[in-house]
Amino acid sequence: MKGGAGRQVMAILAFAAAYLVVGLFIRNQYYQLMLTLVLVWAIMGVSWNVFSGYSGLVSFGHASFFGLGAYTVTLLLVKFDITPWLGIPVGMLVGVAAGVLIGYPTFRLRGHYFALAMLAYPLALLYIFEWLGYQEVALPMKRESAAFYMQFSDHRAYVLIALAMLVAAMLVSLRIERSRFGLSLTAIKQNEWAAEASGIDTLRWKMKAIMVSGAIAAGAGGFYAVVLLVVTPPTVFGMLTSAQALIVTLFGGVATLWGPVLGAVILIPLAEVLHAELGDKIPGIQGVVFGAAIVLVMLVAPEGVLPRIRDALARRRLAGVLPPQGEAMATAPVASVVTSLVKRQAVGEEVLLRVTNLSRAFGGLKAVQEVSFEVRKGEVLGIIGPNGAGKTTLFNLLNGFIPPDAGEVRFAGRPMIALKPNAVCRLGIGRTFQVMRPFSRMSVLDNVLVGAFVAEAGDAGAVAAAREAIARVGLAARADAMAGGLTTVELRLMELARAIASRPTLLLADETLAGLGAQEVDRVLDTISTLANAGMTIVIIEHTMAAMVRLADRFLVLDHGTVLASGKPEEVTRDPKVIEAYLGKRWMTRAKG
Amino acid sequence: MDRFLTIAENLAQALTAGLLVGSVYALMCVGLGLIFGVMRVINFAQGEFLMLGMYVTLYSFTWFGLGTILGPYVGPIVGALIAGVVLYFVGILLHRYLLTRVTGIKVVGSEGEGHYPQLILTLGLSLILANGGLILFGSTPENIRTPLSATAWEIGPLVGDQLSIFLNKARSVAFVVSIVVALVLYVFITRSRVGKTLRAAADNPEAATYMGINVERAHRVAFGLGCAITAVAGGLVATYYPFQPYVGLEFVIIMYAGVVLGGMGSIGGAFWGGLTIGLIQQLSTLVLPLQLQNAAIFVVFLLIVLLRPEGLFGRNVERA
Repeated sequence: MKGGAGRQVMAILAFAAAYLVVGLFIRNQYYQLMLTLVLVWAIMGVSWNVFSGYSGLVSFGHASFFGLGAYTVTLLLVKFDITPWLGIPVGMLVGVAAGVLIGYPTFRLRGHYFALAMLAYPLALLYIFEWLGYQEVALPMKRESAAFYMQFSDHRAYVLIALAMLVAAMLVSLRIERSRFGLSLTAIKQNEWAAEASGIDTLRWKMKAIMVSGAIAAGAGGFYAVVLLVVTPPTVFGMLTSAQALIVTLFGGVATLWGPVLGAVILIPLAEVLHAELGDKIPGIQGVVFGAAIVLVMLVAPEGVLPRIRDALARRRLAGVLPPQGEAMATAPVASVVTSLVKRQAVGEEVLLRVTNLSRAFGGLKAVQEVSFEVRKGEVLGIIGPNGAGKTTLFNLLNGFIPPDAGEVRFAGRPMIALKPNAVCRLGIGRTFQVMRPFSRMSVLDNVLVGAFVAEAGDAGAVAAAREAIARVGLAARADAMAGGLTTVELRLMELARAIASRPTLLLADETLAGLGAQEVDRVLDTISTLANAGMTIVIIEHTMAAMVRLADRFLVLDHGTVLASGKPEEVTRDPKVIEAYLGKRWMTRAKG
Repeated sequence: MDRFLTIAENLAQALTAGLLVGSVYALMCVGLGLIFGVMRVINFAQGEFLMLGMYVTLYSFTWFGLGTILGPYVGPIVGALIAGVVLYFVGILLHRYLLTRVTGIKVVGSEGEGHYPQLILTLGLSLILANGGLILFGSTPENIRTPLSATAWEIGPLVGDQLSIFLNKARSVAFVVSIVVALVLYVFITRSRVGKTLRAAADNPEAATYMGINVERAHRVAFGLGCAITAVAGGLVATYYPFQPYVGLEFVIIMYAGVVLGGMGSIGGAFWGGLTIGLIQQLSTLVLPLQLQNAAIFVVFLLIVLLRPEGLFGRNVERA
């Protein structure tokens, strides 16, 4: 995806080496503890970032994992005399299990509800652990074979262990960021529906992310218990624990590799020093510092400190050098549709999609009732109908966004009902949206890449497939542009590219021509007919009758959720029922004349 | 037979206590629900406004000698109302200088990411207020001491002198005041001009703007009122429950649970939701150890969110 992974690995190792050198020279135990705590919270930040930062699902409950890790290590040592060297990995497994148990039910929620639900888990755990009688559990001091129990009189050892854990966590984070894992999470963050429709199994990636994140946080918690030698429910399950993970990340820079580390390096010593200097006089100073830090960041630099610095540097470097624009228009195919509409091979007899008696109501509104039709392989079927006829609802039923109340959909002989959108996409149905759903803060290439993941198992292959799809729609010159900066026609083409990157056998195009000027319509129509000529089966919803007549082999007319007519364009457009319901009187006179 | 009577008495006692406590929960939920209903802002710091309401009530009660002047019944009520007024202005100021930066019409209509800045901003606010409260007020638990908190009215004896229900006086007063304040607010929102602008701004902020309603002002009033109402509820709780600056976290979950149960966006629903949470909490003491009482609320909250996120009266659910 992005280059420079090797350079980042070097940077991580260089940071670790520099930190270690500082750590080795500091003899004061208090400062050694602080150096260790900075690393613990940096690890927590990385953990939070891997999940919430990339996926956009804000977790206020990472203390659950931290606390479970801490108590696992502590109780294993106290009850079974098991060394933290083993306890921490076991704790990480507990973190993974907690991720599964928390994630599976909670991922049904979005936005506010998800954030609130996540808040409740650690607080419930807090009371449960108090009730279990673990108000304050001390780790027993081991005089013999102390190192075996991860107890060191030289506290620099803790800095070393924490550093190793942070490096491991950062390498995991880097690996996620640079793979389809990270891109899929980012796509989920920016537009979950579009990600699903493009074949991203959103639940699976979220589960993976929370499992990885839970393991890292539990590891940090287990190590924290070893360092502080005493565990209480409020310190490990408390609100401040969850908040600190979130705050160091947002402060440093969310969804960046270095953000959590930078945030921890700045904020933790600040809060600790203030707490040490003023803690007896001003007891809550730590919390105030964290609260103020996050309020300030939200007001001044919502994207975090690191991206702000990076932007400032980049602006200075790039001053005067503007990215080339407008090339796309120049290289776009200019041939008019009429010439390129050389009729392709005859439509086969094989039925690719069979829809039988499909119905769906929203309350009293019957959006789609008893709709039946077939799409043959290689065909271009145009679905027309007035506003509110149920066209988009029909697409939403076909690609699994909403379940039907009744009816059957068979694609290549396979029943499709009850499949999730990503599964529908995997089986070969791609779609575009009437109201476009780009991943705005990703490049055109990354947008299309999300679609290409379905077609190609390997990341390199996926990039090639994405580039090919982009070239097919004539956007090659804009591949590196941010989707948020594209024109409407470019966005329409990009959605087409994203849909065809999964190499679908059936393409559902929802009002792809909406909001385009005459020349732009020609450009998109041309692209679609090229796809059709290459053998792709297409179902297209459209308002623009003239364009549809040029493109479609057959029409299906919907009105009030039912099929009014279907057949060849010339027959349908002469059907009095259709003219009455949809085309209106103006067309009636034209049809007669 | 005796055993049966004991169970019946316990049950009746828990139900009564649930109603009394629940009415105050209902009032604080109305405060949070009002803010969410109008602004679509989940206020993380609502628990801290409750906590501030408790301290303002405490200080106006002790410093101004409200207890000696107005007596144990009226004194705390006036204190709580003063807290409401103070917190109204605190809310107005916070909205004016902080929240407008991350809320407003553009956030109301946005999905997903648009809401995170305000969630996180109010989280920061909550940390500052809770820990700032620790600095200002100290960590010693306080409460508003009146003779009422330790005395009760007895209903009964019923069933041939065998069964009595005790109504804690402080809780009973809080119950009455909560109902009255909630009713006044109901009349205000449904009848008054300002109330109507609030409802219009909640229903469709954009259309309201076109109708000449100042939506930002409506948001400010809603936020101030929401803070004030929760603060009044806090003042009432303070008469029978010891509190410290971190008390907000205990109640914020109760508030979320009540508001979600009632259906986010429905102010009336928030009231019934809060009442239900009070009943659940008190009834849970019949079967669960006291320490797990709060855990029970969290579990109930999770169950509500997971099984019925649209609540019992909800209309606005974030669609999938």
